[in-house]
Amino acid sequence: MLQTLREWLAVPLVLAAAGAAIVVYSVNNPTDRLVASYLTYGKVMDSLSEHLWLMLVSMIGATVVGVLVGIMLSRPGLFYIGKGVEAIVNVGQTVPSLAVLALFLSVLGLGFRTAVFALFLYSILPILRNTFAGIVNVDSSIIESARGMGMSPFRILTRIELPIAYPIIASGIRTAVVINVGAATLATFIGGGGIGDLIVTGLSLQREMIILNGAVLAAITAIILDYLVARFESYLVRWS
Amino acid sequence: MIKLENVTKKFPGMKVPAVKDLSMDIKKGDICVLVGPSGCGKTTTMKMINRIHEPTSGKIYIDGQDALKMDPIKLRLDIGYVIQEIGLFPHYTIEQNVATVPREKKWSREKTKQRVDDFLKLVGLDPEIYANRYPSALSGGQRQRVGVARAMVSDPPIMLMDEPFGAVDPITRARLQNEFLRIQERISKTIVFVTHDIDEAIKMGDTIAVMRNGELIQHDTPSDLLSAPADEFVSSLVGRNRSIKRLHLIRIREILDDVDRAKPAAIDLPLQEIEKRIEESSIRSVMVVDRDNKLKGVIGIGDLKKKAGEVASDYMNDLPDSVTSDATLNDALSVMLECGEGYVAVVNEEDQYQGTITLGDLLNVVKEEG
Repeated sequence: MLQTLREWLAVPLVLAAAGAAIVVYSVNNPTDRLVASYLTYGKVMDSLSEHLWLMLVSMIGATVVGVLVGIMLSRPGLFYIGKGVEAIVNVGQTVPSLAVLALFLSVLGLGFRTAVFALFLYSILPILRNTFAGIVNVDSSIIESARGMGMSPFRILTRIELPIAYPIIASGIRTAVVINVGAATLATFIGGGGIGDLIVTGLSLQREMIILNGAVLAAITAIILDYLVARFESYLVRWS
Repeated sequence: MIKLENVTKKFPGMKVPAVKDLSMDIKKGDICVLVGPSGCGKTTTMKMINRIHEPTSGKIYIDGQDALKMDPIKLRLDIGYVIQEIGLFPHYTIEQNVATVPREKKWSREKTKQRVDDFLKLVGLDPEIYANRYPSALSGGQRQRVGVARAMVSDPPIMLMDEPFGAVDPITRARLQNEFLRIQERISKTIVFVTHDIDEAIKMGDTIAVMRNGELIQHDTPSDLLSAPADEFVSSLVGRNRSIKRLHLIRIREILDDVDRAKPAAIDLPLQEIEKRIEESSIRSVMVVDRDNKLKGVIGIGDLKKKAGEVASDYMNDLPDSVTSDATLNDALSVMLECGEGYVAVVNEEDQYQGTITLGDLLNVVKEEG
């Protein structure tokens, strides 16, 4: 148990330490007073926590809704609707993330909630698509033999379909996380806050140190999350 | 045990029904083989029994009860089910796969474990080795065995099998068939068995139901089917060489008492004795057995000149193949043809020598039966 925990946390901890080192260095050695007044521990922590909240809330929402709707559409009665939704989702995925954010700005106005909602919608797509595809692609002979042996539809879903589709669903979640991390830095444009604040402010003040801090933190969060989700993905799948 | 009354199945969007007004009775403990060309409705008929397909009209009775009024889940839990693709669950170990129905029936863990081990042994898979493997690590024949074990483990009175031995090579298939018949002798289930292979039907079936275009053409014992086919279609299905097909019907042990059984040679039998035995034998050879009567090899008349020595083991050659006494005469014939010899040694399950069957014996059987 301790062994696995150590394995899981080693890479994230090293990366987090590296990020912390850069922040500490920058706050203690600002290049000028403008940087010093903007780049404080308080500001960095605020941006970081806002950023994580943005992602956490939108990802949890997207995972729950995406998986549930994906399961619903994979039921025999809704199969063709599911195929239609899959097509729409594939088109939706090609819309640039900044455009999605801008679109919701005009409807919901500025702020954190708008950003969460836009990220949530944008992250649902890969999860929904993969859940649907993962379930409908389970070999029909497996389902038939389960049915023939007297398993109820609900048991077939929970004991057979979901576990077999799990790797595909997990990779959908991973794609969503990657998209989400990238799009979250853009939330600053609609007043959603997050690490994007540092980057945009740094750009407008023309202070590279601030930009660097924002960029490094955004990159490290992305890598850590992707790593954790990838570990989670391969966890439990011992059979293939 | 299973009774179908005027059962019709029409799939939505299809003009002709897949099964038309079919009535049949299947006796308890019988293997009833549904046979016919693809698309004849045999699989649909089978799948209506456990209501994977619901009949459009007609009645199905199981043990006197109206199956169409029972809860389908409960109905299926008491009907073993094997399909051609087997449909093992890839994310479950072999043990978990076989334990599917016990788990649905909420058996205790000890009872389940015990039964799973018993049935894995019954189908010839050592639980120590295989219980914790995943299906992807098994060969095709082993997967078929797991499929059969999974269907039988909760001891259902009825089993439905849709080409269960379809996806393996002919040699493995013959072995699985013989094993299954041996198991069936012990457990005597009522079995509905679907195949397109008339040879398999003749070998496995207590009764054979021939179907075409959704209709039942003839339902008879294999022997009656061969001697009195109902129409052109059935006689073309069973083919011209019916006397050869009869060889499927007879097991070796049934004729073993009548054949001339040459005494085998013990492994330390001296040369003179061997010569005498070979002279007496109709096949000019003598089988060699060890102290436990286990088959060790064969000495032909040519070996006496080619080799030198004092006792049987010095002259002995390895036997290319043997058959068990519950194999069919057809199995014996194919071994003879494969080995290019006019005889085949018969052994029991422990590899102990039982006798020798010659080509002449087979000819006699065909002559008598024909």
